[in-house]
Amino acid sequence: MAFLEETVRGIRKDIVKMIGKAASGHPGGSLSSAEILTLLYFEQMNVDEKNPRKEDRDRFVLSKGHAAPVLYATLAAKGFFPKAELENLRQLGSMLQGHPDMNKVPGVDMSTGSLGQGISVAAGMALAGKMDNKSHKIYALLGDGELQEGLVWEAAMAASHYQLNNLIAFVDNNNLQIDGAICEVMSPFPIDAKFEAFGWNVITVEDGHDFDELRTAVEAAKKSEDKPTVIICKTVKGKCVSFMENNAGWHGKGPNAEEVKQALAELEA
Amino acid sequence: MAEKKSTRQAYGEYLVKLGEKNQNLVVLDADLSGATKTNIFKNACPERHFNVGIAEANLMGMAAGLATAGKVPFASTFAIFGAGRAYEIIRNSICYPKLNVKIALTHSGISVGEDGGSHQSIEDIALMRVIPNMTVLSPADAIETEKMMDVAMAIDGPVYIRLGRSDVPVLFDEDYQFEVGKAGLLKSGDDVTLIATGLMVGPALEAAELLKADGISARVLNMGSIKPIDTNAITEAAINTGAIVTAEEHSIIGGLGSAVAEVLCDGVPVPLERVGVKDLFGQSGKVAPLMEKYGLTANDIVTAAKKAIARK
Ligand SMILES: Cc1ncc(C[n+]2csc(CCOP(=O)(O)OP(=O)(O)O)c2C)c(N)n1
Ligand SMILES: [Mg+2]
Repeated sequence: MAFLEETVRGIRKDIVKMIGKAASGHPGGSLSSAEILTLLYFEQMNVDEKNPRKEDRDRFVLSKGHAAPVLYATLAAKGFFPKAELENLRQLGSMLQGHPDMNKVPGVDMSTGSLGQGISVAAGMALAGKMDNKSHKIYALLGDGELQEGLVWEAAMAASHYQLNNLIAFVDNNNLQIDGAICEVMSPFPIDAKFEAFGWNVITVEDGHDFDELRTAVEAAKKSEDKPTVIICKTVKGKCVSFMENNAGWHGKGPNAEEVKQALAELEA
Repeated sequence: MAEKKSTRQAYGEYLVKLGEKNQNLVVLDADLSGATKTNIFKNACPERHFNVGIAEANLMGMAAGLATAGKVPFASTFAIFGAGRAYEIIRNSICYPKLNVKIALTHSGISVGEDGGSHQSIEDIALMRVIPNMTVLSPADAIETEKMMDVAMAIDGPVYIRLGRSDVPVLFDEDYQFEVGKAGLLKSGDDVTLIATGLMVGPALEAAELLKADGISARVLNMGSIKPIDTNAITEAAINTGAIVTAEEHSIIGGLGSAVAEVLCDGVPVPLERVGVKDLFGQSGKVAPLMEKYGLTANDIVTAAKKAIARK
């Protein structure tokens, strides 16, 4: 347990540092999903950093592709590529593009960035897994604002129609999108009843920053017999950096040097 | 150096003025109102601003519906999501029934910068230009943006206005006149014609100066109206200067360069060199180095001009 806590703390520090260095990027939604990725890559997923394209690996699709920093920091921590690479986030010629590129970054299973598309691709991956009688899982991470995209629900319909129980989607329910609170911009609620109506197995995690709760949810999801599972995680956007928490202003903005310093100090404490 | 302002900023500010004059004007956005600058209109006129959330297909569909009831919708998001995700809704629910929707998309081209290739639209001119009934406008600066918005209001039908993220020099003054289907002659010249649109107009003017130093007289045309395009100005340029260069922050496939090539093929074929993104996706980076990397600078236009002249 202490290991996961230490790991996620390091990932958060890397997120803040790399976005600060790039002076652009998306800290809020990266920090809100740090525990989800940490649990998946350091405990739940069958992946091999020495062989990123291993055939029977579990796959992860960052449908909310703007949270690339959390994925990059997690992959680097896991050893898919050297941590020093994180300094090149968003620089010309860097493999660490503003949004993940599967052909550039070892460990990235799908190129994303246009919201709504990742979950659809994940459903296709899961369908292929079924066709080939594979036992690996497909994980996807959606934003709660992302749920406003019609494509998400087209994919949701297909995933239950094809009984893709090998598909496990997380919703990072941080209640914010770019223009403000999701319930004020365009409410996606009720999220659980919607997925239920689409034929999904629905699990709600009351604290999306609690590894035990997340673990219980993932383990239950893996046992689903004929339905895809959605794990709706209640999270805090900007989690662990006081001035970023629950603040839509920190959706897509790089902290300056002073702010990086303060954030790192808080993360050390 | 002249004052600098992004065309998206000019768009947001001028929407307020247009909205005062026309009570039927409504603005729709898809969770990017801070970036598209429609939030300026929202602050001035919240009851006529609708944020549909992250749902670009619905953005365009609802705009079409509003237009059937006499509203004049301006629908905004990033060019990649508007012209891309919502393409077929624009085609079938806006252009096919010729509804009065103004589609103003920001963050076109690679000058989006750090967000990278997934967010840099280099094909929107091609996509919008190919649809019947569509008018395609691409302003070079803040003033031209306003003038084009006036013109768009006067058109009873779909109009696409291509806007940018980055600050660009203000080239024109308040007296500037813009007419649909007419190129603007920015500089006379006899040896070659540089036809530019959007933020490439500035570099084209710079290129003309550089060419002058080499004893080459370059005509410069601002092609803000990409569709309909000024066939006469292009044909005249072909006859009088015998060589043409196009410059656009867009793929060389399907954009301004292609539109000019179509006119030349139909009339007076002369050597044409197209400066633009060469069938490649963009990538993350700061704007100036990106423009250099993708060959979108004044020097690239100079090289292209010399090549076109050599091919005469
Ligand atoms: C199709 C599409 N439309 C718009 C955007 C621009 N955009 C990037 S992030 C974002 C808000 C996402 O909100 P949410 O899904 O809640 O993400 P989170 O809060 O987890 O960062 C938007 C609108 C996009 N990337 N893709
Ligand atoms: Mg959110």
